[in-house]
Amino acid sequence: MSDNGHGAKLYLIVWFWLLALTAVEVFLAYKHLPLTTMLTLLMGLSIVKAALIIAYFMHLKFEKRSLTLTLMPPLVICIILLMLFAFPDGLRLLNLRPS
Amino acid sequence: MATTVSGWSGGAEPYAIHSKKLGMWLFIISDALTFSALLVAYSYMRMSTPNWPTPFEMYPAITFSTIMTFCLLSSSVTMVMAVAAAHRNDRATSVKWLLATIAGGLAFVVLHANEWLHLIQSGVSPFQNPWGTPLFGATFFTLTGLHMTHVVCGVIYLAVIAAGFGRGKFTGLDVEVSGLYWHFVDLVWMFIFPLVYLMSNKA
Repeated sequence: MSDNGHGAKLYLIVWFWLLALTAVEVFLAYKHLPLTTMLTLLMGLSIVKAALIIAYFMHLKFEKRSLTLTLMPPLVICIILLMLFAFPDGLRLLNLRPS
Repeated sequence: MATTVSGWSGGAEPYAIHSKKLGMWLFIISDALTFSALLVAYSYMRMSTPNWPTPFEMYPAITFSTIMTFCLLSSSVTMVMAVAAAHRNDRATSVKWLLATIAGGLAFVVLHANEWLHLIQSGVSPFQNPWGTPLFGATFFTLTGLHMTHVVCGVIYLAVIAAGFGRGKFTGLDVEVSGLYWHFVDLVWMFIFPLVYLMSNKA
């Protein structure tokens, strides 16, 4: 919590990576990739960015492991439950919808 | 403080963090679920509805939303600097970093409000728009509106913390807890930005 052994340098490195990943996302937006590939890439990159923010900026990496284990699995499980609409049904919708 | 035999009889800190911080974490998890639901709703509508409007072209919309992303990411860095300074009990430095964070948040709000006004002038409302299905306005304004509300509340929260911390009122913990909230607001935008803006004109 208050141990600041990791100083400004670490935060700037994380910031650099966040900006770099954002740049990759914007670059991808100029490309013409298949829809599911594009979605997968963008969401994958965003999850990496979210993980960086949570681990370093929100300091969860340096808390007790039990806090991470209490907070993250319920969140991930609930989001997957929400996506039950999206995974089987939504991917079918991608092919069914009138274009 | 009495040492307790059982963890259930109180006085123990199983996570080794202050209750304020645990409270903020629990709030963040529940709020993350709210935003997840709205993002899933937006994406589901987007996928399942024909003639979805795609008003976000590379310029100006994606250029500006990239700048907004930059503002939020940078304000997150100034926030961790403020927290680090606050834990060193360097109040003047911490307040300076907090003010930089507030500036980043305000820049985001101004740019986003500008975009909203532009859309509203083009005839987009939650109930209709000139291009296609009205579901676009409904889901777009709900999602980005809730996020903008969070940013505005965050700016007010940080302003209160900065004003009090400068006068010696709060502890480093309070700055850290406000930082958790601010990073969360940043985090949510990391998903809205690709799903709503970058995917806008993708088939």
